[in-house]
Amino acid sequence: MTAPAPNSTAPKSIGAEKIKVIVSAIVPLNNLVTRFEFKRIDGYQFPTFSGGAHTVVEMQDGDLKRSNPYSLMSDPAETETYAISVRRDDQGRGGSLFLHQKVQVGATMTLSSPVNLFSLDLRARKHLFVAGGIGITPFMAQIKQLDAVHGNWELHYSCRSPELGSYVDELCAKHAHSVNIYYDDKKQSIDLENLLDGQPIGTHLYVCGPKGMIDWVRRSAASAGWPDAHVHHEEFLAPQPGKPFAVRLAKSGLSVEVGEHESLLEAIERLGVEPPYLCRGGACGQCETDVLESEGIFIHRDHWLEDDEKSSGIKIMPCVSRFDGKILVLDR
Amino acid sequence: MTIQFNDETFRDDYSFSNSQRAKDRFPFPFHEDSYMYSINMEQHQGGPADSIYEKRFDVDEHYIAEMRDRALVLADDPLRCQSLPHMTLAGWDLLELIMISKSEDYPELFELHRDGSKWHWINKPMGIEDHFVFMDETTLPYGPMEYITRQTQGDFCVLDQREDNLWMDAGMVTTQADWSLDFDIGMNFFEWHAPVPLAHEKGIFKRALKFLLSIQQGAPARRLNWTMTVNPLLDTSPENYHKWGVQKNSLTPENLGSKQHLRVELQTFFRLPRSNGLVFPIRCYLMSFQDIMSKPKWGRRLHRVVRDLPEELATYKGFIDKRPMMLDFLAQYDDGLPTSFGVWPDDHSEPSLQK
Amino acid sequence: MSVFKFPESIRSRPVYGILEPRPGRSHLMIADCEGAEAILDLAAQASDLMANTHIIFIPNGTLFGPKLQELNPAQYYEGPSFAAALSRIQRVLSDAVMGLQIYLTGTEGMMGQAQNEAMQAGYDYTAIQTEHRGSVARRMQCVHCKGITEDVIIDPFECSHCGLNLFVRDHYSRRIAAFQGVCIDAEDPGNVPASVELYS
Repeated sequence: MTAPAPNSTAPKSIGAEKIKVIVSAIVPLNNLVTRFEFKRIDGYQFPTFSGGAHTVVEMQDGDLKRSNPYSLMSDPAETETYAISVRRDDQGRGGSLFLHQKVQVGATMTLSSPVNLFSLDLRARKHLFVAGGIGITPFMAQIKQLDAVHGNWELHYSCRSPELGSYVDELCAKHAHSVNIYYDDKKQSIDLENLLDGQPIGTHLYVCGPKGMIDWVRRSAASAGWPDAHVHHEEFLAPQPGKPFAVRLAKSGLSVEVGEHESLLEAIERLGVEPPYLCRGGACGQCETDVLESEGIFIHRDHWLEDDEKSSGIKIMPCVSRFDGKILVLDR
Repeated sequence: MTIQFNDETFRDDYSFSNSQRAKDRFPFPFHEDSYMYSINMEQHQGGPADSIYEKRFDVDEHYIAEMRDRALVLADDPLRCQSLPHMTLAGWDLLELIMISKSEDYPELFELHRDGSKWHWINKPMGIEDHFVFMDETTLPYGPMEYITRQTQGDFCVLDQREDNLWMDAGMVTTQADWSLDFDIGMNFFEWHAPVPLAHEKGIFKRALKFLLSIQQGAPARRLNWTMTVNPLLDTSPENYHKWGVQKNSLTPENLGSKQHLRVELQTFFRLPRSNGLVFPIRCYLMSFQDIMSKPKWGRRLHRVVRDLPEELATYKGFIDKRPMMLDFLAQYDDGLPTSFGVWPDDHSEPSLQK
Repeated sequence: MSVFKFPESIRSRPVYGILEPRPGRSHLMIADCEGAEAILDLAAQASDLMANTHIIFIPNGTLFGPKLQELNPAQYYEGPSFAAALSRIQRVLSDAVMGLQIYLTGTEGMMGQAQNEAMQAGYDYTAIQTEHRGSVARRMQCVHCKGITEDVIIDPFECSHCGLNLFVRDHYSRRIAAFQGVCIDAEDPGNVPASVELYS
């Protein structure tokens, strides 16, 4: 018997296991946000997951294949159905528009296994959630997870208006004492300074929402003396559209033009080359790629690389970052 | 195949032995004639038929005896099994993973019947049958992690994932290679590996951690590690080192072949879905030098690896003082012929000993 | 001289810094012996902290008490030993709120035990500041009998509980707040080298 040495293999790509699903329900919540529910095609149950996990949804939009991460907002213990809620982004590359406009009940799609980059710190004596807009979605699952074990939590949720307050009614009906809602159009805002003052030792703070809100909450917590280890945030960047550019992949010997509405990672995948990834949002570090040669300007948009790595021009995160120039050669 | 479970001991009279099948499937850890640390990770998605890699949790002829030894260790020292308060959910994750894997992989030995949260578990080899409510600790005789790991071979480290690190916050550790769960519980990945020489400097742990953090649900990984043990002693704990350490000095040129054992750990890594933790089972396989010499390729190679191992590693693995005596024994089985690449014994293609 | 520079060691060995004032709602400072000097240095940088500071001091024969009191902290307590101060520390932590800053300074044994109390209360250890001052004697746990031997200054030493001869490792457990002591003559009973002073 001669087989490859089982202990001499280099780490392989560890991309998520894919799950084929059918869209089982589409529920518009308001003008901007729609919930999509999925069932498995193979009849098996979905894996359970932990609150805060996301799934990467693959979308075949004509010739373009997009893969966008969305927080799972269904009950983590529920294995019949997965649900995501998607906010329509009219300025984005079209992933949310595709879901809103082209996907219908009965359509087949592909999801990744759940991955959690925003999990609860289970040591917490209390979980304090701050959500803005569509940032409510990971908390929907975390609240269900905590409720199953009688966890101690409190939510402060800021929305533009009652009309755009996704899940406000459900949350208030079930958890009147733990949920606090703030409407921008009624000039209501979270009194953060007071909120952060007086929380019992061992409280963990979680924030998910627009970048401005995340920065505000993190900054306020730091100046109120909260340790970094007690403050958690989820900030996935959606890849932004940009000027097309050409890239050559040295290892594979292939070249490709990255389209205006396509990410560099998606273009690489279009060639059949599959860098590992978890988040596709500039946070997890998996798709980090060495640059072998370049002539032009990098448009780094990730949270992963250090500043000196960004300025050195020898690394790029192809999930969210772009390039503007003549020559770009990657070690892929 | 039906497994015949050995009636054997890992202490006192050391009646442990490997059958021919166990020898044939022993995970010899050296794929070439020298050894240095490497991350050597691969996917844990099956392997050659009847190899130790085939099933998610390998059950072999030592199962019953190893579980009996574990019960003795725990009766003597309950601190070998501990779980910090926030790790109960991960314990349920582990129980679910093992019960599902074993009942699917060994249906003739284990059965799991689920009706919502009402679970019914049957472990035929150990004669255990329990009805319990999943996620309700009061319905099991032990916490979920302890319950299931009293029925599963290998040590178990249950790791919490926080702040881009892994934390050893729970475990069942009774067959360890000289480290203490009671001391290391609560440490992060770099801290519990702190005493390992050379590997930090080589950046091994930094890269290994990055790999482990990215392990996903349904995509477990594995690697091998190894050390040396005198006598087939499973409980080589620091706690009892003052009792077993002296056995190292019982080696003589005459008894070395039967007493000196290569101790190989199959380390696997599974993402735990509900807790987002990671479980790190460490399964120990023992084989005497004498039995290893029954495979000519392994005999040649073990001599070369032990001979050329850097001094720091031989010290860390605890056999620097006995290395000369080991080499005297091993040299008899090395005729200088080349060996084929890879860990498998290649019984049919490797020449027999030419001296 | 109360400042000692520890040689570089393994990753589990605690590394101490220099206390610095940090923003916070309230401040808990726990010191023993020469640790008082680190608090005096800190107060010299930020005397305004003291209005919201609780100082817990274990002098252990040193004479820094009056100087610390002169800082005029909101609360001041002096205890004869860590064990004596423990119930007070636990009481303070039990109703502490987020925004508390914790500063520990003095011997490794005291800092480790106080840090462990804060961790038990739910405070992440990475946010606790520590500064070593004074003795380099160690709090050691015997890995065999689990007994703690305080103020170990020689290596090897005899476990004060089970009597085994133990060598001093740099491997450290925050949860036990002690370094690990392992039998030195397990393989060759009775062969115990002569003890030397730590860092000598």
